[in-house]
Amino acid sequence: MDKILEVKDLHVNFATYNGTVQAIRGVNFDLAAGETLAIVGESGSGKSITVRSILQLLAKNADINKGTILYHGEDLLKKSKKEMDAIRGNKISMIFQDPMTSLDPTMTIGKQVAEPLLIHNKVSKKEALGRAEEVLRLVGIPNPKERMNDYPHQFSGGQRQRIVIAIAIVDYPEILIADEPTTALDVTVQAQIIDLLKELQQKIGTAIIFITHDLGVVAGIADRVAVMYAGKFVEYGSVDEVFYNPQHPYTWGLLDSMPTLDTSEDDHLNSIPGTPPNLLNPPKGDAFAPRNEYAMQIDLEKQPPFFKVSKTHYAATWLLHPDAPKVTPPKGIQKRFEKFKKLGDK
Amino acid sequence: MEIPQIPKDKFKLLNNAGNKEQEKIGTPALTYMQDVRRRLFKNKVAVVCLTLLTIIVFISVFAPIIAPYNPNAQHATLSNLPPKLGNLNIPGFNGYQNMGGKMVDAYAQVHAPKGTYYLLGTDYLGRDLLSRIIYGTRLSLIVAVLATLVDLLIGIPYGIVSGWKGGMTDNVMQRIVEIVSSVPNLIVVILMMIILKPGLISIVLAIAITDWVTMARLIRAQTFQLKEQEYVLAARTLGESSTKIATKHLIPNLSSTIIIQTMFTIPNAIFFEAFLSFIGIGIPAPNASLGTLLSDGQKAFRFLPYQMWAPAIILSIIMIATNLLGDGLRDAFDPQSSD
Amino acid sequence: MAKYILKRILYLFLTLFIIATITFFLMKMLPGTPFSNQNRLSPDQLAIVKAQYGLDQPIFIQYIRYIGGLFQGNLGTSFQFNNEPVTQLIGQRLAPSMQIGAQAMILGTILGILLGAVAAIRKNSWVDTLATFVSILGISIPSFVLAVLLQFYLAYKWHIYPVALWDNFQSSVLPTIALAALPLGNVARFMRTEMVDVLSSDYIELAKSKGNSEWQVVIKHALRNSLIPIVTIIGPMAVSTMTGSMVVENIFSIPGIGEQFVKSITTNDYPTIMGLTIFYSFLLILVFLVVDILYVLIDPRIRLGNGGND
Repeated sequence: MDKILEVKDLHVNFATYNGTVQAIRGVNFDLAAGETLAIVGESGSGKSITVRSILQLLAKNADINKGTILYHGEDLLKKSKKEMDAIRGNKISMIFQDPMTSLDPTMTIGKQVAEPLLIHNKVSKKEALGRAEEVLRLVGIPNPKERMNDYPHQFSGGQRQRIVIAIAIVDYPEILIADEPTTALDVTVQAQIIDLLKELQQKIGTAIIFITHDLGVVAGIADRVAVMYAGKFVEYGSVDEVFYNPQHPYTWGLLDSMPTLDTSEDDHLNSIPGTPPNLLNPPKGDAFAPRNEYAMQIDLEKQPPFFKVSKTHYAATWLLHPDAPKVTPPKGIQKRFEKFKKLGDK
Repeated sequence: MEIPQIPKDKFKLLNNAGNKEQEKIGTPALTYMQDVRRRLFKNKVAVVCLTLLTIIVFISVFAPIIAPYNPNAQHATLSNLPPKLGNLNIPGFNGYQNMGGKMVDAYAQVHAPKGTYYLLGTDYLGRDLLSRIIYGTRLSLIVAVLATLVDLLIGIPYGIVSGWKGGMTDNVMQRIVEIVSSVPNLIVVILMMIILKPGLISIVLAIAITDWVTMARLIRAQTFQLKEQEYVLAARTLGESSTKIATKHLIPNLSSTIIIQTMFTIPNAIFFEAFLSFIGIGIPAPNASLGTLLSDGQKAFRFLPYQMWAPAIILSIIMIATNLLGDGLRDAFDPQSSD
Repeated sequence: MAKYILKRILYLFLTLFIIATITFFLMKMLPGTPFSNQNRLSPDQLAIVKAQYGLDQPIFIQYIRYIGGLFQGNLGTSFQFNNEPVTQLIGQRLAPSMQIGAQAMILGTILGILLGAVAAIRKNSWVDTLATFVSILGISIPSFVLAVLLQFYLAYKWHIYPVALWDNFQSSVLPTIALAALPLGNVARFMRTEMVDVLSSDYIELAKSKGNSEWQVVIKHALRNSLIPIVTIIGPMAVSTMTGSMVVENIFSIPGIGEQFVKSITTNDYPTIMGLTIFYSFLLILVFLVVDILYVLIDPRIRLGNGGND
């Protein structure tokens, strides 16, 4: 497959009053045209910062101090401000978390949707508004022609998120970054938005980077999943591999805290004890070690490298080292392993 | 990928399960007031303003001891003398004055007794300006503090009652507030000043009668919110009396609003006093306030600019310092308000 | 909307009526009239003069007459100033006051918006510090202190502007600056806070993600959204400008209503005080009304009722 985006060894620091927070500590991933990559992790794990680094939409105190972000082989971090402006909203665009606050309250939605077209293409205002109307229809806004002149507050939350999506796709981007696009919405609306994204992806063939803390959402949309913890990826692979053959204890914890259709009444959901580490002074070893039931001495001393599980599946845990003891994962995970075997047999 | 070589004994499970250490919270907790104080004292501008105001208040309180002369004692022969700082020969503070293009020792001209010197000079009646400024500042501050106190005494109970009772009571009380606030402040103050006899009490009343409205409004809005808080509901359910709820639960939670608003009421009162005295309906002669001193200074400033400078500077410093301190307090109480 | 405006106008007149009534009775409570200290009139002469002003009638009749006059746009007759009707006095003196008042408010608002916006965009830079410093000076230094200082340096010492004179635009410069400082400080502060808020909002981030440059974001999205709330401080700004104009006109000897008001206070000219009080109140309540309507018109969130909950 054709890799359109490659993020290599990304490091992002934030200067705060208390010191430097090492929010992203060496992230690597790539994205192929048309595929969907989900990045999963709890709040503060750095998933949002990772994708914002791609568009360089970080707070002023952020510093991308190491790494490269190659887009078609060109390093975005070396681009000028002007060159980046030409990429944003055109080649790579973004959907934000809260539709209630991400639209300009004093501008009609027609103008807001048409804006990227006017910035990036030499089109007349009329043409741009025409396209905006088309796209609004595409994302499922009823009577788009009449509603073009309405203001954001005249739409419901779900409709607003559709408008935000319309803004993001109006210029047919190659990559669409969706930063928790369903978190602020009702559960029923969430499903609609996910379906819409899938549908749009088929129609315009964009690749999607989907950020979420909700593993349930991931299964329905992603081709590949990356699990992030304390500024690093800890495991990545295809959806089936991460869901049914997870190797990292953190992934175990995440999956075990999520209800599934198989969860019966007497099963209880487990939580991961403790809180993520303070990234002002990141731990020397594996950041997850203090919360890890299966931690070993080496976890405290040295950060684990990625161990290959399959051609597409990697996990950064010392448990995969040939010398590591065999551990028994939680019951729920064992069930998943069984399912994975069945998947393999098919 | 190559697999790193690690000594085998490192791969022993630590048995982390049930480790209570994980739930520990790292930093010690500060109380709200400690936090406020810490933030306030971290703000250098606020600390400087607080220090300046403390000095000014200190001088005002001890004016009778600190002022070198009686502020109202007149010396017809020693009128309009320029500033002189002992026998030190500092330009501007050496008792010399420009007379017809020549610098003349004004003190020698009027045959001032040896050793007589006025730090900030004298006014047209030969009164010591420094003493007048000290007493004037004192008077202005008294007006401000009294007006603010009256303001608090009316505004806080009014706001609490209005917000707490709600319904019809609140409706009537709010209509009154609306009417009072729809009349321009200054006009009410001026009308009050015309009707009442000029003097300290009148000024205080005139200022307070318009100022309490803002306080009442803020307090009402806050009380409205607080009323719905669980802990207040709990206290009500437990049958605590209204007075007790007001003093135990409301006032402490309203304190930040009160303190901040007070810091903005004080400069406002100082401004109105100076304004009224400046247009001649404030503090009556012979007493000095910053407003009357400025008014006197303005009349003579072409030839004796020093008479205007000192009150102008002191007034500006007090206004700037109170405003900045108010800002600092607001930021300290509500860190989100500053970006 | 029309209903709302009508209701507000009704309120305006109600408030004015209350103010007129209170002012009237307050003035009647005052001891003495301006005649008592004027060239020792004989009792007969005094009675004639009193009758001339209708002061021999019972207070209630006087009140009815006064209010009746108000409805016909008659604010009474001045005791001083050659017995001119107060309305005529206002007519003659309104122009200079309006000129410096409007100039000051416009100048202060424009400079304040620019200063506040730049401070917000370059938050925590030296521009921001400078803007904070300027606005705190504008807010803190009373207009009459500033007026006196301007008069001393720019007029008296350096002869750039006339000391106290009223003829051309030149003579309006210093009073305008003295009065503009406060609006400038207030607007700059308000604008900075608003703009910092807006710039950190999600829709600004979305605007950036569309490919807008930094300045496009400011001009297309941030400015409009921060400017709307500025409208709300126009009312208080008018009040403070009016307050300031009373002394500033006095200091620069400008023949405006502010100067007139102060003069009538010091000469116990009750009809003028009353007339001007009512006129000032009318002017300010009108400004507040216009501002409120303006706000409804320019903010789409209010314009379309209580939307947003659908």
